[in-house]
Amino acid sequence: MDSGFIIEKFLLVAVIFGISLLIAMYSTYAERKVAAYLQDRLGPDRAGPFGILQPLADGVKMFMKEEIIPTTSNRWLFVVGPGLALLCACIGTAVIPWGSPMVIGDKVVPLQVSDINVGVLYIFGVVSLGVYGVMIGGWASNNKYSLLSAIRAASQNISYEIAMGLSIIALLLITNTLSLKEIVDQQHGWRWNVLYQPLGFIIFMVCSFAETNRAPFDLPECETELIGGYHTEYSSMKLGFYLFAEYINMFVSSAVMAALYFGGYNYPGMDSMAEILGPTWAPLFGTGIFFLKIFAFIFFFMWVRWTIPRFRYDQLMNLGWKGLIPLAIANIIVTGIVIAVIEKF
Amino acid sequence: MSTQVFYFVATLSIIFSLMVIFAKNPIHSVLYLILTFFTFTVHYVLLNAQFLAVVNFIVYMGAIMVLFLFVLMLLNLNKDTEPAKSPLIKIIGVIAGGCLVVTLIGSLKSASITSPLILKNQELGLVENLGKELFGPFLLPFELSSLLLLAAMVGAVLLSKRDEVEA
Repeated sequence: MDSGFIIEKFLLVAVIFGISLLIAMYSTYAERKVAAYLQDRLGPDRAGPFGILQPLADGVKMFMKEEIIPTTSNRWLFVVGPGLALLCACIGTAVIPWGSPMVIGDKVVPLQVSDINVGVLYIFGVVSLGVYGVMIGGWASNNKYSLLSAIRAASQNISYEIAMGLSIIALLLITNTLSLKEIVDQQHGWRWNVLYQPLGFIIFMVCSFAETNRAPFDLPECETELIGGYHTEYSSMKLGFYLFAEYINMFVSSAVMAALYFGGYNYPGMDSMAEILGPTWAPLFGTGIFFLKIFAFIFFFMWVRWTIPRFRYDQLMNLGWKGLIPLAIANIIVTGIVIAVIEKF
Repeated sequence: MSTQVFYFVATLSIIFSLMVIFAKNPIHSVLYLILTFFTFTVHYVLLNAQFLAVVNFIVYMGAIMVLFLFVLMLLNLNKDTEPAKSPLIKIIGVIAGGCLVVTLIGSLKSASITSPLILKNQELGLVENLGKELFGPFLLPFELSSLLLLAAMVGAVLLSKRDEVEA
């Protein structure tokens, strides 16, 4: 392992980490602006022009607040919870291909931290791990509302993971690979997977909403029933970590959806664009397109949050087990039959 | 390099496994068990069995342990609810454990160290090769085990439905 490789990967990780945090910061701002727009209000507009400095003000506020650890809580786990939530949110970005390899001078730099050949499963594993932060935090708070919320989060996560996995299987039948890089490269130009797997995409998207605890699936933080849910007892930056983790999760799952189903950094006319821009700048342009898709998904997350009311708990379970799972299985069977028929003739 | 990593991770596995037993709080036990499974995942990666590693990660760490934690949180076990054990049971436990240790030592003493197994194909653990093995020579056992899982699932559903029928 040469030092150039390590420096290159270190830089890439640092940049991706920075971008994730920046996007999470401005997602909080965007969320409030989108909510304001949908409710015919102005939203934050005091800090800086158009309130653009609002996330900074929020961050300072979070840091300045008093840190409270309840005396009856499990101190060690109480601190571990939010840290784990943020950690699990961040490590998902490692396998996402952010762009096609970039040529700088005579060096080819892949815009992906690690192209492991089980990339899709890795994402899936990270998603399933994400619930531990909520569960540990909710339990360690030693508060009945927090505990109920933790249990809700766990059952919701397990239920929707199944449908999510099944919807991915149908996609894998088409792509024949588990590597995210190869999946994205197959969608060159206009051959986006969403055109072949529309039902799979819808199931995957609904499950992503559930896995990220976003409305209408935000039962773990249902304030009318559970005060604040799992973060009732949290204050200061530990609360900030939980909120931040939610936005980073949203960013990562938007990136995964864009990469798996919406072509990642591919766009129509990318070949002619590559000729115009050259091998250094064309990949960056593709990355820009990728981020546009991600932002579109993040906006969609917010749009849904301020449009659809929260589910009731039984509705949530019915949708997961009686709606999405049978649909996903049917999708696998139909996809399998179609592939078999195409291969035969 | 990879030998050192192995010894480091193996030590961690043993420490965490011991912590599972020695932790007073059942929730802490489960959390240590999760860490133990995580070190197993690292072992699989070291053996170049990526698929097994990631499946261990998803199934054991991500699903089964979440269920364990879920159940334990609902039970809310602590020292007060734990029934006091009589000294007789403790003595019986020590004797039984001692017998097991003696048996293990006896069997390990007579065991000889086999030469390390060398895989014909180093890439066997990658998804593609594993899939070809499973759906090629091992198709029948694979399908049978999936039938077994299906039977277990149907059984579980039936158990949960039973009350409804009787009522």
